[in-house]
Amino acid sequence: MLVSARPPADDSLFSLLDDDGQVRPGSRVPEVSDELARKLYRGMLQVRVVDERMMRLQRQGRLGFYMLSIGEEATHFAAAALRPADWIFPSYREPGAAFWRGYSMTDYVNQLFGNAEDPVKGRQMPVHHSARWLNYVSISSPVGTQIPQAVGMAWAAKISKKDDVALVYFGEGTSSTGQFHVGMNFAGVFKAPCIFFCRNNGWAISTDQKHQTAARSFAVKALAYGFPGVRVDGNDLLAILAVMEDAVARARAGEGPTLIEAVTYRRSGHSSSDDPSVYRDPNEPKEWERRDPIDRWKRYLGTRGLYSEALEEQYRKEINDEVSDALAHAEQVAPPAVETMFDDVFAELTPELEEQKRYLLSFPRYVNPHGGS
Amino acid sequence: MPVWNIIQAVNDALRIEMRRDPRVVVLGEDVGKFGGVFRATNGLFDEFGPDRVFDTPLAEAGIIGAAIGMALYGLKPVPEIQFADFIYPAFDQIVNELAKFRYRSGGQYPAPVVIRTPYGGGIRGGHYHSQSPEAYFVHTPGLKVVIPSNPYDAKGLLLSAIRGEDPVIFMEPKRIYRAAKGEVPEGDYTVPLGQAKIVREGSQVTVLCYGAMVHTVVEAVEKVAAEGFDPEIVDLRTLLPLDSETVLASVRKTGRAVIAYEAPKTCGYGAELSALICEKALMHLEAPIARVAGFDTPFPYSLENEYMPSPDRVAKAIRDTASF
Amino acid sequence: MDDHGVADPDRVPSLTPEDWLRIYRGMVLIRVMDERLMALQRQGRIGFYGEARGQEAAVVGSAAALAPQDWIVPALREAGAGLYRGLPLRTYIAQIFGNANDPASGRQLPCHPGTRASHYVTMSSCIASQLPHAVGMAWAAKIKKDNSVVLGYLGDGATSEEDFHVALNFAGVFRPPVVFVCQNNQWAISVPVAHQTASPTVAIKALAYGFPGIRVDGNDALAVYGAVKEAVDRARSGGGPTLIEALTYRVSAHSSSDDPSRYRDERITETWRARDPIVRMRAWLAFQGFLDAAGDERLRADLDAEVRDAVAAEESVPAPPLRTLVEDVFAEVPQFLADQLAEIATLPRQKLGGAHQ
Ligand SMILES: Cc1ncc(C[n+]2csc(CCOP(=O)(O)OP(=O)(O)O)c2C)c(N)n1
Ligand SMILES: Cc1ncc(C[n+]2csc(CCOP(=O)(O)OP(=O)(O)O)c2C)c(N)n1
Ligand SMILES: [Mg+2]
Ligand SMILES: [Mg+2]
Repeated sequence: MLVSARPPADDSLFSLLDDDGQVRPGSRVPEVSDELARKLYRGMLQVRVVDERMMRLQRQGRLGFYMLSIGEEATHFAAAALRPADWIFPSYREPGAAFWRGYSMTDYVNQLFGNAEDPVKGRQMPVHHSARWLNYVSISSPVGTQIPQAVGMAWAAKISKKDDVALVYFGEGTSSTGQFHVGMNFAGVFKAPCIFFCRNNGWAISTDQKHQTAARSFAVKALAYGFPGVRVDGNDLLAILAVMEDAVARARAGEGPTLIEAVTYRRSGHSSSDDPSVYRDPNEPKEWERRDPIDRWKRYLGTRGLYSEALEEQYRKEINDEVSDALAHAEQVAPPAVETMFDDVFAELTPELEEQKRYLLSFPRYVNPHGGS
Repeated sequence: MPVWNIIQAVNDALRIEMRRDPRVVVLGEDVGKFGGVFRATNGLFDEFGPDRVFDTPLAEAGIIGAAIGMALYGLKPVPEIQFADFIYPAFDQIVNELAKFRYRSGGQYPAPVVIRTPYGGGIRGGHYHSQSPEAYFVHTPGLKVVIPSNPYDAKGLLLSAIRGEDPVIFMEPKRIYRAAKGEVPEGDYTVPLGQAKIVREGSQVTVLCYGAMVHTVVEAVEKVAAEGFDPEIVDLRTLLPLDSETVLASVRKTGRAVIAYEAPKTCGYGAELSALICEKALMHLEAPIARVAGFDTPFPYSLENEYMPSPDRVAKAIRDTASF
Repeated sequence: MDDHGVADPDRVPSLTPEDWLRIYRGMVLIRVMDERLMALQRQGRIGFYGEARGQEAAVVGSAAALAPQDWIVPALREAGAGLYRGLPLRTYIAQIFGNANDPASGRQLPCHPGTRASHYVTMSSCIASQLPHAVGMAWAAKIKKDNSVVLGYLGDGATSEEDFHVALNFAGVFRPPVVFVCQNNQWAISVPVAHQTASPTVAIKALAYGFPGIRVDGNDALAVYGAVKEAVDRARSGGGPTLIEALTYRVSAHSSSDDPSRYRDERITETWRARDPIVRMRAWLAFQGFLDAAGDERLRADLDAEVRDAVAAEESVPAPPLRTLVEDVFAEVPQFLADQLAEIATLPRQKLGGAHQ
């Protein structure tokens, strides 16, 4: 599908589109069909619209917690360079990758509400999705834990003589964890077909990237593990697809892992509980609005004659309708049945859990007077 | 039937299962060519090759994290942590990830990983080659915890653990790795998880124990039996799920309980057993429950034999409890 | 220095002949001690021992670069660095016997020494766990402005641990006066360094943390001293951390419990034995006219006698008293621990434990 665009061998910033969506002169760009180009646009728009709607809901007190990706949407669609059989190990900030695979708005909203139809049965906080049927792995709150797991998955594919690859997402703050280190090191030693996608959005809650490491970039860290690291403009979807294509090809060919640092910016708060005005200059996110990944892609579509306002309107309406329908539905669905609390601890209930379940069911259902869903 | 020690029995179980099920892989520090520092994986590398048996870099979080990923992909990894004392760098992967994966994904992502790790004192190993951390794992919902005390059980329990669908912490009592010998059937058999074993029937007092402590208890019981006492010994074999039926039936019969374990006394597994007995069999008790355990200090080196519950200490507890 | 002890005079760090001889003495002490204590272990007189054979230049060359106020946070093969800087030999031997003279009351495995007075921190068996501590100590030194530097040692295997990563990352970010010396002896028990990491060297890992990484011939005491001295001076003057990789070889077994013939080609070990750091240092000292054969003989005989005397004196010292079992868990012995001790006080004493596996 895509033609290799030769990302740089060092950690200088790789980009293909300028802020106006023009292909930089002299670049060889990946081949993106008209249909795919529009689908990617719709995908990013979907993430944006959903984020805005959910955040409003959260502010109205109808949703307990939420995490936004405003300005980072392009990174989610690194997943578009994968085959459906490949695996995605997400962090909490790549819902677009799930949507891309076919995760429905209903599933998404049900998960946020933790209701009886939530694919994870209301067991996790909002934004911790899991979709086994899409090879989209369960999200964990402790950051970085997914990294060695993704390596193990990729390694297992290699052992099983299959050419599946694993894509693991994490933030630049997460590169400081031991999990990052052991995962990267194992991947280097075992040449696991794993792609490490570091979303460098500049912030880990209130800690800016300069305080996270003294290394000259995050991509350079790959050298410590004996494989390539590339640094790409994370708001340039075309460039992301190009480096991903390269990394996927290397992984499938048995050449081992790649670290990709996608440089972007977290324009919103860390989560609905955060207030970034306490720790950063409000002009900084403004600056980054100019480099918005969706606008850039939109202009790129324009250069190819694929964009019209009517198309955007149509997409927005479709998405908004989907959200409204999903919300209307989700708010009707009851919370999970009490007895489900004891399921899935083990494959089968242990006698202890059986007894605890009987005990709990002997009481009327408790309603927390202090809220909670 | 061959007479084997626990290492041979574990080794045999791994070999049988690796032959039977191509999904089973072994990974850990020094488990390959070297065959493990205790030789439990001896010969596996030669037989199954570098695609089934892996020497990993020195990183326990990496070992367990990667094993989880392998399990999600459909393999059956059996990682080894070289000493239970070095399991803590992987604590997050075990407690927050392995134990919760099935549950947090609504049943979509079970992660059946069996972690083998030698544990316990009595080998002159000091703080970092002697600890008994089983209580942390029993306290973590989603993990099964198995501790065999003899070669027969070691093989049968390990085969059950690997064939099961749940994560298991399989703790091997290294003090008796070579010392505990017994007849082990060749070929395939299993010992189900969650079933305790009555090692000695008796009428007077129930002694609950597991792992290496079973042997200490047997020694103590030989002493006190010669004095006319008649204790019953229960080897728990699986700490979670616990065979509470067997435990309670025995205590109801004898009316007295002594609990022996090597880990520090406070909040150790014995505390749970004691609470269970109080909740379910208090009216049958004719004496206070006694715990004989390690002290609430880090595991020492020179004085390790003073630290560990000795046959003398167990014998004293049996006498005191029986004649209360 | 080449394998025959020939060095370019312009590049030899400036130290007095006495200083170089002191370094040599520290190296020979390790060798003499290793030989003696391994023999004791084989006779079953001590429970466990780990040699530093072939790594003497890396151990002593690095420690020699420190000032008296500096600290060592060791890994597992640097007892010689402690001895070089004032850890008394008798104290170390007492630790190995785990007897009543051991300042840590026999609480740890042999080869886990440490005293505050010698600025040598008591080690843990847990690989790499010391590295964040080294960073914390150095950070504290920076906060207190007390002009001391911390030397944190590690093995090549330790580079794989989480603690390595978090320690070096903190060091890069906070720039405390810490120097990491990795003794890359190319083995972690049975795992060769090529299976430990895919990076071409250990030194290159410093790039990931934003400070210099240097690779040095670890069997060349002059080179190790020179590289570490430069890093220590830079750290002291506020120039931040350095990672030094001292490339050497574990010519002995991992420990007294190990048998390397099971997993490696001992012919390669032989080629490394031929690059013996003590032989090279002795040749250099001889070229310089600092040491003759008779002097070397005398030195060895003296050190051997010293080690034998220390062993003889410590072997007969009894085990630590029973109360040490519950001391030092907390600052004061709490009542519940005193009660636990009382439970066994009336029972007959146990024998000392069996051998370590
Ligand atoms: C192990 C762990 N420590 C701390 C936290 C709290 N925490 C949640 S997100 C976060 C920042 C992560 O930053 P980064 O990796 O850059 O990802 P981003 O939020 O920018 O996408 C922190 C500290 C956590 N979830 N897990
Ligand atoms: C956390 C931890 N895991 C495993 C071990 C077991 N172990 C002891 S030494 C060792 C190898 C260490 O290799 P390296 O860091 O290269 O040091 P060397 O022995 O070569 O000096 C291992 C795996 C340990 N002590 N600590
Ligand atoms: Mg971030
Ligand atoms: Mg080493």
